[in-house]
Amino acid sequence: MELILDIFTGICFFIGSLSIIIGACGLIKLPDVFSRIHAAGMIDTAGTAFFILGMIFQTGWSLITVKLILIGVFIFFTSPVTSHVTANLARQKNILPVGKKIGKIL
Amino acid sequence: MKSLILFFILLTLWLLMSGYYNILLISLGIISCAFCVFVAKRGKIIDDEGLPIFFMPRLLNYLIWLFKEILMSNLATAKVIINGNVEPETFTVKASQVTDVAKVTYANSITLTPGTVTTKMQKNIFEVHALNSDFGNDVRTNEMDKKVTWLEGKK
Repeated sequence: MELILDIFTGICFFIGSLSIIIGACGLIKLPDVFSRIHAAGMIDTAGTAFFILGMIFQTGWSLITVKLILIGVFIFFTSPVTSHVTANLARQKNILPVGKKIGKIL
Repeated sequence: MKSLILFFILLTLWLLMSGYYNILLISLGIISCAFCVFVAKRGKIIDDEGLPIFFMPRLLNYLIWLFKEILMSNLATAKVIINGNVEPETFTVKASQVTDVAKVTYANSITLTPGTVTTKMQKNIFEVHALNSDFGNDVRTNEMDKKVTWLEGKK
C-alpha cells in the first residue's frame, strides 16, 4: 500500500515539475506581457495542483490534508486576481498586445 | 441568518486549522469568530457579495466542469509553448450575468483556464486576450458564460 501511494506521489510530482518547467520556458519564449501571463497561469494552476495532490497522497487522512487543501483553495482564488491585475495594469499603461485584434477593443 | 452561517464557517475553519481541542482554545476560537462576525456586521459587508451562498447548491457541479476545462487547456497551452505556434488575439465578449459577484466568477474562470486572460472589464463587456485562435473560439462559443449564468441561478 505504501509503495502504491509513493508511486502516485512520484507521478504527481513528475507531472507538476514538468508543467512548471514548460511554464518557465514559456515565460522566456513568448512574445509579450499578455502572452507570458498564460505561461504563469499554467504554473500556478497545474503546477501547484499536482504538487498538492502528490503531498496529499503522502499525508493520508489527517488535519494536514485539510491544511493542504486549504492552501490549494486559497491559491485557486487568488491566482486569477493577480493575473488580472498584471494584465489590467499593462493595459492602463497603454501597452497594446501584439497579434490581431478582433472588433472594437475597450 | 447570514451572520450565523458566516459564524459557523469561521468556526469550522478555526477547528480545522488549530488541531487542539481543549476548552480554553475552543472558547477563544468562539470569542474571536463572534468578534469577526460583529465587525463584519458593523461594516455592513455581510450581503450577497460578501457571502455568496446562492452559489452553493450548484457549486460542486460547476467546479468539476471547471477543473476538467483547466486540465484540458493546460495540455493545450503546453502544446502551444512547445510547438511555438503563438498567434495572440484580443477580442471582447459580453457577460450575461446579473450580479457583480457572478461577473467576477466568470472573469476569474476565464483567467484560471490558461490560454485566456481577462484584461479589462467595463460593465458587462470583458476584453479577453487569447494565446491562439483555438482558445479564443472556446471563449467566443459562450459555453462558460452559460455555465456561470446557470450557477448564478437568477434567470
